[in-house]
Formats: sequence, structure tokens, C-alpha cells
Amino acid sequence: MTETPAQTPIVTFENVTKSFGRTKAVDGVSLAIPRNAFFALLGPSGCGKTTLLRMLGGFEHPTSGRVLIDGEDMADVPPNRRQVNMVFQSYAVFPHMTVAENVAYGLKVTSVPRAEIGPRVEEAIAMVRLDGMAARKPDQLSGGQRQRVALARALVKRPKLLLLDEPLSALDKKLREEMQLELVRLQTEVGITFIIVTHDQEEALGMASDIAVMKEGRILQIAPPRQLYEHPTRRFVAEFIGASNSFECEVLGIEGGMARVRAPLLGELKVERAAADVRAGTLIVRPEKMRMDFSSPDPDPGEVLVRAVIDQIAYFGDLSIVYLTAEDGRRLQCSRYNVNRIDKGDPPPGTPCTIGIHPEDLLLVGD
Amino acid sequence: MESWRAQPAVFWAFVLPGALWLLLFFIAPLALIWLLAFGERVGPVEIDITWTLANYAGVFDPVYIGLFGRSLWVATVATVLTLVIGLPVALAISFAPARLKPLILLLIILPFWTNILIRTYAMIAVLRSRGFVNFGLEYIWQLGTAVLAPFGLDEAVMGARFVPLELLYNNTAVIFGIVYVYLPFMVLPLYATLDRLDRSLLEASLDLGAGQVRTFFSIIVPLARPGIVSGIILVFIPALGTFLISDLLGGTDSLLIGNVIERQFKAANNWPLGAAMSFVLLYVTFAILAIRAWVAGREGGLGKA
Amino acid sequence: MARREPIGPLDYTRRLWLRLWLVAVCIFLYAPIVILVVFSFNDSKRNIVWQGFTTDYYVKAAENASLIEAFANSLVIALVSTVISTVVGALMALALWRFRFPGKPGLDGAVALPIVIPEICMGVALLVFFNRVGLSSAFAYPFSLLPIIIGHVAFSFPFVCVVVRARMAGFDRSLEEASKDLGASEWQTFWNITVPFMKPGLIAGGLLAMTLSLDDFVITFFTAGPGTLTFPVQVYSMVRFGATPEVNAASTILIVVTVILTVIALRLQRPEKEAAKLA
Repeated sequence: MTETPAQTPIVTFENVTKSFGRTKAVDGVSLAIPRNAFFALLGPSGCGKTTLLRMLGGFEHPTSGRVLIDGEDMADVPPNRRQVNMVFQSYAVFPHMTVAENVAYGLKVTSVPRAEIGPRVEEAIAMVRLDGMAARKPDQLSGGQRQRVALARALVKRPKLLLLDEPLSALDKKLREEMQLELVRLQTEVGITFIIVTHDQEEALGMASDIAVMKEGRILQIAPPRQLYEHPTRRFVAEFIGASNSFECEVLGIEGGMARVRAPLLGELKVERAAADVRAGTLIVRPEKMRMDFSSPDPDPGEVLVRAVIDQIAYFGDLSIVYLTAEDGRRLQCSRYNVNRIDKGDPPPGTPCTIGIHPEDLLLVGD
Repeated sequence: MESWRAQPAVFWAFVLPGALWLLLFFIAPLALIWLLAFGERVGPVEIDITWTLANYAGVFDPVYIGLFGRSLWVATVATVLTLVIGLPVALAISFAPARLKPLILLLIILPFWTNILIRTYAMIAVLRSRGFVNFGLEYIWQLGTAVLAPFGLDEAVMGARFVPLELLYNNTAVIFGIVYVYLPFMVLPLYATLDRLDRSLLEASLDLGAGQVRTFFSIIVPLARPGIVSGIILVFIPALGTFLISDLLGGTDSLLIGNVIERQFKAANNWPLGAAMSFVLLYVTFAILAIRAWVAGREGGLGKA
Repeated sequence: MARREPIGPLDYTRRLWLRLWLVAVCIFLYAPIVILVVFSFNDSKRNIVWQGFTTDYYVKAAENASLIEAFANSLVIALVSTVISTVVGALMALALWRFRFPGKPGLDGAVALPIVIPEICMGVALLVFFNRVGLSSAFAYPFSLLPIIIGHVAFSFPFVCVVVRARMAGFDRSLEEASKDLGASEWQTFWNITVPFMKPGLIAGGLLAMTLSLDDFVITFFTAGPGTLTFPVQVYSMVRFGATPEVNAASTILIVVTVILTVIALRLQRPEKEAAKLA
């Protein structure tokens, strides 16, 4: 609209709060979502992510604060006047209409010229790969196909923004992985901003260009997937996304981006701080970044060594997770890829071992 | 579900009381009047079953055909009115906050706990020429006259004196009474289907750009159709057969088929004719139910094909 | 103070026109009944305009022996037919829910028939039937109520059956299997597992049967023998004579009794709801 539209964010939340009775579902959220992003709102159930999404759709009104889409305040715009479309968690495919009628519905009700509807519906159905199913009723479709109808129905409107509410939660694992790829393909193809709500970290990491992690109505961190995993700023983020081992620690001094800390088992070391405002907190390290040695302790230079005893090994095919108890009784986990096909035999529970951790893999995060 | 052979004793214990009751006190009486419809009166109470069709022919006498026509007309208008009044009510209940829902629902059903005779009787005081509707209208007339009097317009606009509307003892009163008595029958099935309706379907419709009115007619009405059909049937059939409401609220020109049937059995004592009329009413009922079953079956078939 | 939150797109109940509609419908439903109750205290024989407060007509109604008898009879009919309908209807529901048997669709349809056919057809059929069987005049009081009770059961047990069956549709049969797996016999399982689950349905069905019985006019009108006094028929003949405050007083008493009975029944149901919430 104004000067350089490409620069203005497509969505802006300005200090938005939403209360239901006494509980605050959304608590002072400010957030800008860049144009053409595949943006994920990630968090446990009840964290307010769906409420944020429904505000964009126009189904909830903020108790205070403003919601802007493409620079325009949405306060008085009803859902049917927003250039925003949604893929509902239940898909909400109209059961009394065929696939084609479902897809055409949004065009018909907004008086798109009749001649234009047919080709656009066909194109949308082809885009989600439902060719040949146009005449079917929803009860003749599988869950995955119904979701594609919901997608086509939303995309055919060429919205500024596509909202997806837990779109993959009802699908089985194989189909879910397939749809993930499909959604990413569609997003690049149509060039529309996608906002997806999910509680599944793998889904968010696998698809999104940016992720906002939410907890109890607040946003804890916004970052691209890799940064979120490798540089979580808060302990909750680190533990919600992937697994992590934590060591409470005492901060002895701050030196720029680093901190001198003392932690049990690890002793005194110099570690990276996750963010400029982190001055105290917890040390975390990812399970796959710990080296495990069953036999001879053969330390890499600079490695910190921790002695532990194996409790249990859980085998997942591609990798195994080893659960351990350290000298001070602390529980740790450590993951190993099963790179050899030949079974070399896992050590039995009770086997002592040594864990090696590079200080550069440790991160000081806020609580 | 298991075969009845698995536990025959249990099965018979469950099924017999109801089945016998139905057979003895429902099927047998109906069969009896079905037979009577083919009978001839040979004495004050004696009737011979002669398999005559004269009684059915009697039903198709122009007078009775006119009566059937009026009954159908009155029942249709009353049913449409209950639907139009009841649908927004059902909508309001099913979208009410969870804690208010049972309360509003109770409010709608509560009058149903009052005997139908009392409810119909209560209508008389409301509708008669010196009843409350006319009192209300008269009050408005007086107000109007008082306001217009200074301008000398009172007589020209409001008339010299208040003439009460004749609301009672005509077809309008009967329709009014049916709507009053059977409204809960319409609201309940409508509420039941609307309450089960997936809210996200309505949100999806709004999201796709349809306005509220469009959403109502394109999504809510088609999906609530089973409830609408049930409600229509639950109101239409009793309305068609009513005799109490037309007896108390109707005038001489608003006799319905129910009144005539009642007379054949109570006053005129022409049981065979009354039996034939009852069965014509039953056949109409069965036809309505068959159409419903057929439509439902066809739609179900389409869905599965 | 924050501005009032705008009405959500599906907040239909917060829309003004729908609220007004609801209020109008409630006035439509209640005004006649309220007027009827109020005018039972009207000190006027013609009972058209309010003349002053009196309870004379209640005294009069109470002194009217046939009205009292009719009233008692109607309550007896309601209670007895409710008990029978509930048992018969629940058993039928269990049969239809649990068993596969030849002729099931036929029985299913036949049970639904009394619900759908016009009452007057059933009324005249029962009139003729009892007349031919000779039941209507064969017995002395209280057995003279039998035809009415039989008629009431015949049209209300199918309603009980529908309600109980709907309840049983939500029953997980693996609960019964679990019970038997833990060593309970068929009978113990039925009594300890199936019946408690069925209970809300039984109460709702019984309540419905009682309501139907108290609400009925047509079946009672046709099945009552010449010497049998019942409340609706008694009031009907009074109404035919003219709308007197006495009719209003009698009606008010029936309304009050019905409301009391219903409240008691709802109270009985409430603990079940609490239990259901816990479950």
C-alpha cells in the first residue's frame, strides 16, 4: 500500500491480549510476520497459538491491542471481508457438497464471474493433486484427501495469508511426512504467506522458515529452525524442541558473548550465552552432541568428561537413546546413530561409561 | 450385537412385554377399526363387516373432501409458522453459552408440561374479542386517539371507536393455537441437529467470504435438514389430526377432520364412517413418512455411491 | 475501562434481534399461562377484566368432589402408566439394542408407530377396542382406570424405548466383557454395569412418560368410560360451559402439581449428572 510493500510485514500483532473470563489466552504478544514466510506458531496445547491464528481469521477479537494485516487494522473487519483463508483442524469440508462445489463455494459467494470460476476450481484441484475426484462427496474421501480439498478451497481464493490450524495432526505418520513436503512445495509455488499452528516440533522444524515458540500466552523466542534448535534462549524452548540435558550452574562472570560458569560434574568452564540478556540460568547440551565411550576413556582435547552408568537403551532403528545416571545421581540421555548394520551388542544396564562434552556444545540459557 | 439364539430366555424376557402390549393394545385396536371401515350399521351398536366400500366412498363426499383440504391447509400454515418461529430459537439455544443452554431449553419445554387442554384453554382469554390481544390493541388505539386529538385527526385516522378484531372462533385462531401448543416439538429436533453441527463448518463458510445470511442458507439449513424434516413431521401430523384445538378455538367454519372423526364416534355414532376417515388420515400419515424415508434413502444412497 | 468486546462472528446469542426474538417467543409461550394463573384469583364470575383478588374459586374447586376425584385419578394414571412404560420401554430398548433377530426392522417400525400416528386415530381405535372387549365397563373403581392406563402406556412406552436406546448407543460393550473377564456372571454384569449406565436414560424416559401422561387429553378422552372421572375430561366439560375462574383455579393446581413432580424428577436426575461428569 505505502512506499515499499515488500518491506512492511504482512501481519503485525501490537501488544495483543485476549482474555477468556479470568484466564489470559494471549498475554501481550507483539509479533511481525514477514511477507512470503512459512511461519509456524509452536507450543504446547493451551499456549494461545490457536487463539492468535483465529484472530487473524477474524473469529476472535483481541481484548486489547491491535492486529494488522498488510498494514490495515482488522478490528472491524468480519471474517468474510478478510483476504485471509484458513485450513481448519477438522478440515471443515462441507459434507453436503462435492469436492468441486466445496472449492467453488468461496468464489461463488464473492461474486467472482461465473466464467472464471470453472477454470480456477480446476486449477486448484489440480494443484493439490485431486484430479478426477471433483465430483466426489467428502464422505468418499480419505482424511488426507479431505485436507487437500480444504487446502484447494482456501488457495483458490488467492488470499494474502493462508492459516493452517494443526493441519497434520489427524494424519498418520507416513501421510504427515508426505503432506509436509507438499505444503512446502505449495507455499513456494503460490507465493502466499503461510501461518501454521502446531504442537509438533518436528512439523515446525521441517516446514517453517520461521518459528515462534509460545508458552502460557507469551512468545518466548522467534527464530529460524536451525537457530531455534542450536541457540534456544530459554530452558523451556530447549526442552520443548528436541531433547536436552540440563545442568544448573553458577555464573561467575560475563565476558562479551561468553560466560564463566561453575556447574556440578562439569567444573568451571567458559560457555556461550544464548542471548545478551542471559546472565544466569542453566547449561544445556543436546543428546547427540555428547560423545559416549563404553571402553577406554580416550578424551578429545578440551573435552569435559562425566562418569555415568547405563540404565537403559531404547532402540528406534535409525538411532538409539541411551539413558544414564551420572555420578551425582543426575539423569542424562545420549543419542547414537546406528551406523552399522551388524549388531555389535549393546552393553547391559549397569555398565559404567564415560561421556565427553565439548564446552562449545554447551549453551547458557535463561530459565 | 448378538443373535437372539445366544440367550433366548433373556431375549424373550426383553422383547415380550413390549411386543405383546403393542400387539394387544395398538395393532389389534387399529386392525379392529380397519375392519370397521368395511362394515355396515345394522343396529344401534351392531356392525356387520360386509366389506362394503361405501364408508370410504362417504369420505370422498365433497363436504369431507373440503374438510380434508382445510385440515391440510391449516396444518401446513401452522407448520411453516412454527418452523419460521422455531428456527431462530433453536439457533439461539445451540449457540448460547454452555451454562445458559439447559436453562433456555427448559424455558422452551416448560409449557409442554402443562396439559394441552389447559394451554388451549389459556388461548381463549388471549384471543377472544374481549381478550388480551384486543385489550392491547385498544390501549394503542386510545393512545393514538389521545395523541392525534389536538390535531383533529383522531377520528379520521383511528376511527370513531375501537372495533375489536375477531381473533377467536376462526381458522386463524386454530393456526395460532397449533403454533402455540406444538412449538416445542419443532424447537427440540432443530436444536438437537444444530447443536451437533460442527462450528468450524460455519467458520469455514465465513472465512471463504460468505456473509451470515449466505452461510445460513448455504450451510446451516442444508446441514440441519434432518432436524427440520423431523420437526415438520412432529408438528404437521398432530396438527393434521387435531380436534381439541379446533374444537375450543375454531368456529363453525373451521371444523377439521379430527372434529368430524370425533363426532362419528361420540355423537353421531357412525363408527364405520369414522373408522374410514381415521384410516384415510392414517394413510396420509404413512404417505408422509414414506416420502421422508424415500428421500432419506435416496440421499443416503447418493452419499455412498 | 476497555471498550466492550465486539460480538464474535458465531456469537449468535449476543445478537440483539435474536435476543428480542427469544424474548418475544417466551412471552408468547408464557403470557397465556401467566394470565390464566393470575385470573384464577379474579373476583369476577365472567372473568374478563380484573375485579379484585379472591381465593374463593380455589375453595370452590376444593369443594367440588368430582373435580377432586378426577384430579386424584389423573395422578394415579400418570404414576402407574409411567412405571409400566419405563419398564416395558427399557426392556424393549435393550432387546433392540442388544439382539439380532428375524423381523427386527418390522418390530423397530412398529414400536415407532404410536409416536408418529395422529393421536385421534389411536384414541378412536382404543375406544372401539375397549368397547368390544367389554373392558370399559366391566370393572369397578379403581380398575375402571385400567383402559386409560393401558392407552397411556401404549403411546408412551415407545418414547421411553427411543430415549433409553439412544442412551445405550453410547455404551461401550467392552465394559460388559471386562466385567465378565473379572469373574462376574451375566446377571451381576447386567445389574452392576449395564443398568447403572442406563439409569440417566431411564430417568429421562420416565420423566417423558409422565409428562406425556399428564399432558394427554385425546387418549384419555376416548378411553375414559362414562363413569370415570379424569381431570382433562372434567375440565373439558367445564370449559364447554364457559370460561369461569374455577376452571382457571383447577388448571393452576394441575400446573403447580406438574411443575412440582417435574422438579422432583429433575432432582433425582441431578446426582446422575454429577456422576457422569466424574466418569
